[in-house]
Amino acid sequence: MKALGSHRRHPAAIVVLLLLGLVATGGLYSLLAPRPAQAAVATADDVTSGRTLFLANCATCHGVNGLGGKIGPSLAGVGAAAVDFQVGTGRMPLAQPGVQASSNQVMFTDQEIASLAAYVATLGPGPAIPDSQDTAGNGDVAKGNELFKENCAMCHNFAGSGGALTQGKYAPSLGNVSGQYIYEAMATGPESMPVFNGQSLSPADKNDIISYLHYLDKNQNPGGLNLGNLGPVSEGMFVWVVGLGLMIGAAVWLGSKAA
Amino acid sequence: MSEHGTESAGEGVSQPGTTARLDQGDIEGSGGILERFTNPGLPPHVPRSADLDEKAAHRAERQVAALFGISMVATVIFLVAYFAIDQKTYESIPGIGQASLSNVVLGVSLGVSLLCIGLGAVHWARTLMPDTEVAEDRHPQRSSDQARRDAVETATSGRAASQIGRRPMIKFTLGGALGLFALPLVLQLAGSLGPLPEAGLSTTFWRKGMRLVRDPEMTPIKASDVTLGSVFHVIPEGIDTSAHVLEEKAKAAVILIGIDAALIQVPKERAWGYGSMVAYSKICTHVGCPVGLYEHRTHHLLCPCHQSTFDVTQNCAVIFGPAHRPLPQLPITVDAQGYLVAESGFHEPVGPSFWERG
Repeated sequence: MKALGSHRRHPAAIVVLLLLGLVATGGLYSLLAPRPAQAAVATADDVTSGRTLFLANCATCHGVNGLGGKIGPSLAGVGAAAVDFQVGTGRMPLAQPGVQASSNQVMFTDQEIASLAAYVATLGPGPAIPDSQDTAGNGDVAKGNELFKENCAMCHNFAGSGGALTQGKYAPSLGNVSGQYIYEAMATGPESMPVFNGQSLSPADKNDIISYLHYLDKNQNPGGLNLGNLGPVSEGMFVWVVGLGLMIGAAVWLGSKAA
Repeated sequence: MSEHGTESAGEGVSQPGTTARLDQGDIEGSGGILERFTNPGLPPHVPRSADLDEKAAHRAERQVAALFGISMVATVIFLVAYFAIDQKTYESIPGIGQASLSNVVLGVSLGVSLLCIGLGAVHWARTLMPDTEVAEDRHPQRSSDQARRDAVETATSGRAASQIGRRPMIKFTLGGALGLFALPLVLQLAGSLGPLPEAGLSTTFWRKGMRLVRDPEMTPIKASDVTLGSVFHVIPEGIDTSAHVLEEKAKAAVILIGIDAALIQVPKERAWGYGSMVAYSKICTHVGCPVGLYEHRTHHLLCPCHQSTFDVTQNCAVIFGPAHRPLPQLPITVDAQGYLVAESGFHEPVGPSFWERG
């Protein structure tokens, strides 16, 4: 203990203490954080059970009849695909208000999501949950790449790693996302994303884009250390900090006099 | 130091006895500034341990040899790895992640091998090679008076011998020939800059009645295809048959946006659009990046290069960033078959400023 005490005025002591404190806080939080209660509602696959679920979980923001409230938008016409995407990726129910809902822990079973989607689909005509053959990702990878570069890459980055938008909004990374959710996002235009309807990108086009993204997921990176695949920003940062740091160190060493 | 040679470095002060320190500034009352500061000269030479102690010198020698030795080992590793490791082997490497083992081993061994040669050489120079500071004075550049006189003499006598002063016909024709010869050189340079852009910067491929087609499929778009909140990346019909497809595409790219007409605040924008659709040039007015990031809730178009933001409800006025002109709008309408067509070309040059545009 005496040895430890003798180091308490060491310049690194404050950093070590801070790190210890952060680790302890994080560890305790992960142990003691409240777990979300499982929604235990009837799971009959029909509109009625969907409505029950809706009233219990969504109506606070979206209104009792799903036509929007002070907080949430109207859900008439968003279609089953929007519900499947938003609830299936854990974006809804919204964890906290903010500029953008981010994917999160999924709160409902597949059965419950299907019931909710079936209920919301009755509010107005909208994009349906896509056919599984359009989301299988067995299309033309090269065409998908071309379509991706033209329609998606400006926000989601050429490697699908996502990117920043205005005022804290962002385009999420598309790595390891299931074909169904990619398709639904294109069809419904969640958050800031514009809609790519069936006339803009046909179901076959969407399947090609999914094929391209799945190809990227499997694509090996020979060099390693991809720095988030973010292009010149992260790579430039790395070179400026690490590369220039090493160069400055070398210059100092070269200029110093040997003992 | 002047060209008249080496004055003694320590005695350059104008006022004897008033050497001023740098932090003292002007000398009060003397009415002048120092003409020159004292040359501090070189610091005293301090010998290194390897200069004094034979043991330390031996140690430095061993260190240098060790660095060169490491370089040799790394080179051998490179040679072995080149043949031994299959390029398709992927391994998880700490700090690098999943990567091709061959790539990493080859790169690291080659890097270490080259780095150790450099480190060894520098360490050698720092510890063992002589490190006494040496200053070499500059030599006077002026030739001796005799040499200067001789040069003038040679030139004058040569001129007289060539008779150029007495024979004006030769003088003037030689001048004319040499002067004229400069023209072909200048002409080649100016000519190789290529033709003038003429109207190329101010016009695009868009003409009245041209259909808006999807990029890259080149299929026309029905007005009914464009739902609210959707976006089409559009080029003019027939652009793929033009002589310079990429140059034309770089100017003619257009983004077609479905937006609730009630949100549009500028009457001109509504008039140039069609129903709930507007078409704007996708070429940023800052430095010409493709402005493709459309946020369909805020109706902002964002340029990915420098974050210029354009508000689609306000005729694409700049609301943030370095661009200083709104995106040009393409007037659109529909043809008899219900496909979207351009009502005319752009009414102003698209993209960044250029000289003649101002």
